[in-house]
Amino acid sequence: MSDLDLSLARAALDVTPPPGLGAQVEAIASRGMVAIRGDLTDAGFVAALQAATGCAVPEIRQSTQAGDTRVLWMSTDEVMVFCEWGAAPGIVEAFMEKAGDTHVLALDVSDARAVFRVSGEKAWRVLAKGAPVDLAPGQFGTGEIRRTRIATVAAGIVKTGDDEFEVFCFRSLAAYLWNWLCVGAGAESLSDL
Amino acid sequence: MLLIQCPACGVEAEETEFAAGGEAHIVRPGPGCTDAEWASYLFDRKNPRGVHYERWRHAFGCGKWFHMARHTHTLEVFGVYAADVLDPPQEIKDRIAERTAP
Amino acid sequence: MTRLANGGALIDRDTPVSFTFDGKQFRGVKGDTLASAMLANGVKLVNRSYKYHRPRGVVTSGPEEPNGLVNLGSGNRHEPNIRMTQIELFDGLEATSQNRYPSLRNDVGVLNAAASRLYPAGFYYKTFIHPRHAWKYLFEPMIRRIAGLGRAPTEADPDTYEHQYAFCDTLIAGGGASGLLAARRAGEAGGRVMLVEQTERLGGRLLVDDDAEIDGKPAREWVAEQVAALEAMENVTIRLRTCCSAAYDHGYALLYERRTDHTMPTGPRHRLWRVRTKQIIGATGMIERPIPFYGNDFPGVMLASAVRDYVKLWGVAPGQTTVLYTTNDDGYRTALALHEAGCKVAAILDSRADPAGLLVEQAKTAGITVHPSTGIGKTEGTKDGVTAIHTVPLGKGDDVALGEKIDCDCVAMAGGWSPVVHLYSHSGGKVMWDAGRAMYRPDPDNPPRDSSGEAYVRMVGGATGALTTQDVLTSAAGNGEGVSVHGPAEQPTASVWFTPSHGKAALGGKHFLDYQNDVTVADIRLAAREGFESVEHAKRYTTLGMATDQGKLSNINGHAILADTLGKAMPEVGTTTFRPPYTPISMGSIAGQQKGSLFKPFRQTALHEWHAEQGAEFEPVGDWRRPYRYQKGGEGRETSITREIRRVREKVGLLDASTLGKLIVRGPDAGKFLDLMYTNMMSTLKPGKCRYGLMCDDNGFLMDDGVVARLDEQTFLCHTTSGGSDRVHAWMEEWLQTEWFDLKVLTANVTEQWSQFAVAGPNARALLDRLEGDVDFAALPFMGFADGTLGGMPVRVFRISFSGELSYELATPTAFAVSLWELLLGSGDDLGVGPYGTEALHVLRAEKGFIVIGDETDGTVTPHDVGMSWAVSKKKEDFLGKRAMERPDLTRKGRKQLVGLLTEDPNFVLPDGAHALSADGTRAIGHVTSTYHSPTIKRSIAMALIEGGMDRMGEVLEIGIDRKTTVKAVIASPVFYDKDGARQNV
Repeated sequence: MSDLDLSLARAALDVTPPPGLGAQVEAIASRGMVAIRGDLTDAGFVAALQAATGCAVPEIRQSTQAGDTRVLWMSTDEVMVFCEWGAAPGIVEAFMEKAGDTHVLALDVSDARAVFRVSGEKAWRVLAKGAPVDLAPGQFGTGEIRRTRIATVAAGIVKTGDDEFEVFCFRSLAAYLWNWLCVGAGAESLSDL
Repeated sequence: MLLIQCPACGVEAEETEFAAGGEAHIVRPGPGCTDAEWASYLFDRKNPRGVHYERWRHAFGCGKWFHMARHTHTLEVFGVYAADVLDPPQEIKDRIAERTAP
Repeated sequence: MTRLANGGALIDRDTPVSFTFDGKQFRGVKGDTLASAMLANGVKLVNRSYKYHRPRGVVTSGPEEPNGLVNLGSGNRHEPNIRMTQIELFDGLEATSQNRYPSLRNDVGVLNAAASRLYPAGFYYKTFIHPRHAWKYLFEPMIRRIAGLGRAPTEADPDTYEHQYAFCDTLIAGGGASGLLAARRAGEAGGRVMLVEQTERLGGRLLVDDDAEIDGKPAREWVAEQVAALEAMENVTIRLRTCCSAAYDHGYALLYERRTDHTMPTGPRHRLWRVRTKQIIGATGMIERPIPFYGNDFPGVMLASAVRDYVKLWGVAPGQTTVLYTTNDDGYRTALALHEAGCKVAAILDSRADPAGLLVEQAKTAGITVHPSTGIGKTEGTKDGVTAIHTVPLGKGDDVALGEKIDCDCVAMAGGWSPVVHLYSHSGGKVMWDAGRAMYRPDPDNPPRDSSGEAYVRMVGGATGALTTQDVLTSAAGNGEGVSVHGPAEQPTASVWFTPSHGKAALGGKHFLDYQNDVTVADIRLAAREGFESVEHAKRYTTLGMATDQGKLSNINGHAILADTLGKAMPEVGTTTFRPPYTPISMGSIAGQQKGSLFKPFRQTALHEWHAEQGAEFEPVGDWRRPYRYQKGGEGRETSITREIRRVREKVGLLDASTLGKLIVRGPDAGKFLDLMYTNMMSTLKPGKCRYGLMCDDNGFLMDDGVVARLDEQTFLCHTTSGGSDRVHAWMEEWLQTEWFDLKVLTANVTEQWSQFAVAGPNARALLDRLEGDVDFAALPFMGFADGTLGGMPVRVFRISFSGELSYELATPTAFAVSLWELLLGSGDDLGVGPYGTEALHVLRAEKGFIVIGDETDGTVTPHDVGMSWAVSKKKEDFLGKRAMERPDLTRKGRKQLVGLLTEDPNFVLPDGAHALSADGTRAIGHVTSTYHSPTIKRSIAMALIEGGMDRMGEVLEIGIDRKTTVKAVIASPVFYDKDGARQNV
């Protein structure tokens, strides 16, 4: 392959939040992602993931982290790596090489999804307007991931800090979910929640 | 609206996260079967008022198919179990026997 | 003015509030409801009834109100059928009365009442049957003009609404005495507790009926203590103005929060809480019953509890002189409250022969006359309200003479209490008739059950049928610590389901049961006589309980009348089903914030904004929005589409095909698996090559199609239709997880990772060759693909064609989509490069006879039917659809088959879906599936599914256009252009 010109890449969404919000919402400009499937308990899988990301296989519905790289539990046979955009092809290559003959699948899916950060004391209330999930403090812990829906959009919710969540959905629905989050984060609507 | 526990990811979630997949444990006959056997596989369903074994998928969640034993009238859930078994586990059969005893 | 000098626990007399009713300015005070404020202004007439247009006033002080319905707000905030008793007054509130013309006081509809003998139950059913066509054009429009309550708003609702999911261990519905105590006990036990109360205040009837001491404290003091304790508990959430509308299966409850209805709007108006709780405690209390007597609907005839609510909570006397008609001791509290407030109580009529007890004695001591075994036989009044009643002796049959006339301007009815059992019944709990207390109450042996079969709704307090404060609080304490209550003992109720009027009931006086739907005792009796004996039939025949109040006041009385008429006991008649919501909830709250642009999500490609800027007209394709055509200047549709088609046939066009599904299928068994999924053989595909594949379901019918590329020995990339990516991915996973779980295959949906563009037309290669990169386009064979770089961007190039032209599809990671698209467009002005939309795409493929799933197929079409037997493997032992295709119906002669149609008139384009007729014109033998004007061959072309079509080439068919017109078309090959495919193989 000839050299790539990464300056030609565009973010899923280039937006700034409207005024009058009671929680912070932002669209994360870029995020590398690798979808990895296989037998999560297989020694070859565990070793390949460790080698490629520095992370252990997360417990069910949890995530693990090493530096800027996080591994999210997606299903009984699937994890998702969050990394810097541009790092994904290297992780795929490292994982596949280390996995050798192990029956696995690793794909760079950095451009398939959009990621939003929702933060603030009422952040969980914003998400609870459309996600049928108990996100209340004390019920949903930092590092936990939940795949669910927000309104009618399939979404993943990761708690990244005390009052901070990352939300991801397919890129084609990014504009919809962004607008939905901005409405839900309205200060007046959060004032009595 | 039902509350369902996905046996794959352990999440207990409302029905809107799931997709119903109809009656469970229907055997797909081989290519050499009779027309009647094939028609039965395609079209015959029990639809009972009572205990029903059914297939569900955690569509908005982990994406996994599973089985559920449920009472179609009282909506009681007797248990959920893996998609790759041909018969309900004994403990679920026992629970059903206990819960539906006259 | 009827505002009392003293009293009014809820009002702030020093803060006046101004509002309008029917355009006229009124004043109330802070804390008033619209109902209390109108009464304080001395206005009793607030509405006209639904059927007879009788003058009506408020009957209750709460959400069960049947009469006091108004239009609230104006313009785009107009809302009909709002209960005045629930409207908290605020400055600037606008209300108008309903169901009257031209005005509330002079309503022409009252003529209905004069002719009411002509409108018995079932009148409409009986009268408007013939002639049939008159219903649509005459009767229905006429009836609709006369009938109905409020008018629906005509403008878009400017308010916002929202949902909130919540989870708790215990949800307590109702903030009265029992709800407060149950919440206290639940809060102390730990766990998350939500206490919701439909009004703006906690304490319920204890705020009015404060004659008991609880734990040695006055009732109000005890309430304040509980509220303070609950507010201090971190695990307890209290929400006022929030009604538990419904209790559904498995602990799912809907709470309807009226967030800003008591003020000018700030933020969402209503909030719908979607709660999952382990347990619901229904502390929903009771509703007092009216008593059926002649003329019991004059303004000023009210529930006894409501009368004392107005006196004690809002400092308003509903009348200057009141007659109390009671069936129990509790009614005496109203007489005592009025007396204490300085209002005259002209008489107490008690249905019981020997009323006794502390409350009765107190009334007698106050100098109020008590008439035992006496009821109200007749009422006199005007549209402004009741003016007098006539007594009648009870217990002496229906044919009795009226007694004395008593002047009054208010009648208080204490007909006994009905537990609010709705939440218990909503999801399967049963109620039982309690003859001793004359009420339906929850059957503790048949509660609603959760997913594990355990009871999850427990009713407490009045909702269980508990009548005294002691019993109410004992039931609420549950297993927790109880409280001691000292209050007056009460004697049993003697319910009166019907009070004889002057002479026999048949003399025509109206004894109203259902105020809102104008259903009388005579209507129920008529229904029973005419054979509508089931309570469900009687309900529908008479409309008893079918109005917006859902029979909260009327059902029990109506069912009792039905039982009496049929000579049956109450449990034999039964009761109708209680269905959610408890009180009406707004449509806006159901939608939540998903309205306008958030109503439904549409999927957009990375180029969506670019398309929009270029004048794209979008069309829905699955959940996607795709450019249908690009409009230039003011050109018409046909012009744009023709221009785009000619660009592809003559130069080079670009299509945003990013919506095509892209699925990765990998593993040692991937080939074997795809052989099962597709009708044709995929395992023999060589890495680096593509093959077009068909997918059927196990019925043998086509469900999807697309090009499959083998990326390496273990990895395939399967393209699906635009609408099919999620469906086909789920389909593959379904078979892998539930049937062929022994196969070692992993799948992934990478549809959105890759954006994909078709570069199609004779100049395609020339355009691509200009770009800097490492792909040898000339060397790439038809149905081959290559990975490489183009203009600094990663690409995967497929040599495939859906237009019949020389064509490449370029896939690039979506981050590069805009840059690659712009590079392509900017590199070939001289080559005539430009975009084309989905309509051009469809015409181009139709000219070539390529099918589209969903156009040429409809879920009953096999690959053989569309002439694609070549894509159905005969070698494979099994694949989805194989066995089905051997069924007799799928192999029989005469199935509909895909053919082309050429109209006799080359300029006439057949309508989509038009039917082809049999030779004798009696039968449809097929239909048109795709139809266009082809700019390439300059004539109309169509594809159609025609019975035995492939054997009928050259036959001329009549195609039905409308009821009278047919046109001729000849059956031809569906490939209209470049039949041997020379253009794509250059």
